[in-house]
Amino acid sequence: MSRLLRREWQVALRAKGAIINPVAFLLLSTMLFVIAAPDTVGSDAAAGILWTLVLLTQLLALDGMYRRDFDSGVLEQTLVGAQVPFVAVLTRIFMQWLSTGFIMTMLAPALGMLLGMPIALAPAIALAMLLGTPALSLLGSIGASVTVGFSRGGVILALLVLPLFLPTLIFGAGLVAAAETGSSIMPQVYALSLISLIALAIAPFATLAGLKISIEMQ
Amino acid sequence: MLELEEIVCERDGRGLFAPVSISVQAGEYIELTGPNGAGKSTLLRTLAGLHSRYSGVFESVDCLYQGHRLGLDGLLTPLENFTWFLGLEEQTPDHERFLGALQRTGVLEKAYQPCSDMSAGQQRRVAMARWLLSSRSLWLLDEPLTALDASAQKVLVQIISEHCQAGGAVVCATHGELAIPEKRSVRLEVVASTAETPTPDDSLGVRTSQG
Repeated sequence: MSRLLRREWQVALRAKGAIINPVAFLLLSTMLFVIAAPDTVGSDAAAGILWTLVLLTQLLALDGMYRRDFDSGVLEQTLVGAQVPFVAVLTRIFMQWLSTGFIMTMLAPALGMLLGMPIALAPAIALAMLLGTPALSLLGSIGASVTVGFSRGGVILALLVLPLFLPTLIFGAGLVAAAETGSSIMPQVYALSLISLIALAIAPFATLAGLKISIEMQ
Repeated sequence: MLELEEIVCERDGRGLFAPVSISVQAGEYIELTGPNGAGKSTLLRTLAGLHSRYSGVFESVDCLYQGHRLGLDGLLTPLENFTWFLGLEEQTPDHERFLGALQRTGVLEKAYQPCSDMSAGQQRRVAMARWLLSSRSLWLLDEPLTALDASAQKVLVQIISEHCQAGGAVVCATHGELAIPEKRSVRLEVVASTAETPTPDDSLGVRTSQG
């Protein structure tokens, strides 16, 4: 486990694009919204826009989640050689979340302010992202695993995964909206946690099955 | 070590070759031959557990599989790749051993360079060094001669011979002959194609209707 994590860490540090690209995309697309639709800044729509952009950023990052390992044969070796391939998949998902979801959680309050949300909402935005983004990485991993064999899997990945992201989007934006109106955020907190936990229970197994199918289809 | 009984691998719902039965004992080198498309790679993938559509039964010990995709992470150095790979086998990394294996296959000077900076042949040599480190006794090698120069081919033959002498077994799909004295050849025969095979006219028709 520790050696799997170490490899993931070494790769993440060397393939800098994997961390920088999503951050740059999220930042630029938020700026585009501020420039193109100044009316939305400070409006009720801001939380929804932020969540939508996070979703799209995650989608962009997911496309490459298993591609490098698939093309190099590292994935084959993992399935043949690993005592428990499940652990390798879980490690990969964790690192994917760390390099996208976690970083976006840190950035979200600042981006929220860029979209005109009051600073008092920053904790609520960060909480919503922290509880919601793991589900995006986990569910997205399933989609990435079945599309990794296609050379242009990006569009299919989007079609597969975006519907799965909907509950997270609804409750994530809902949490921020509830905090804004001053009502209790606990229902949304429970819902987001539940979605992420269910995803954690299902995703590693589904991903492993998806990767096996992808490797067999080539 | 490896028992195959009436194995037929399938692709797109049809068998690739006539049923194969082999029994591989410790110390044996088996050469898998056959024309392109006969299913040599698919058979090796089946034995490695990467291909599940087949009929027949086989029994196998844990194996080392070397496919066309080498399984080296281009961003990592050979040493880091070995650490990861042996981690899968739950071996503790030993840098002295790693360097020894790299020296054996002639790429010691590349030990601290990312694998993506190497030529195809050098990457093959790094992959070969990994076989020496693996604890698995059954090796499944798919076209190991690819991209190797004369000196590397000599090392390859030595490594395989030594592995067999040490009680291991090797199943190797190849078109080129490996200079190994004691070997058994298994030839995969393509089954006679059935009426499903499209004629050139048919495929042309399909293409026109799509275009």
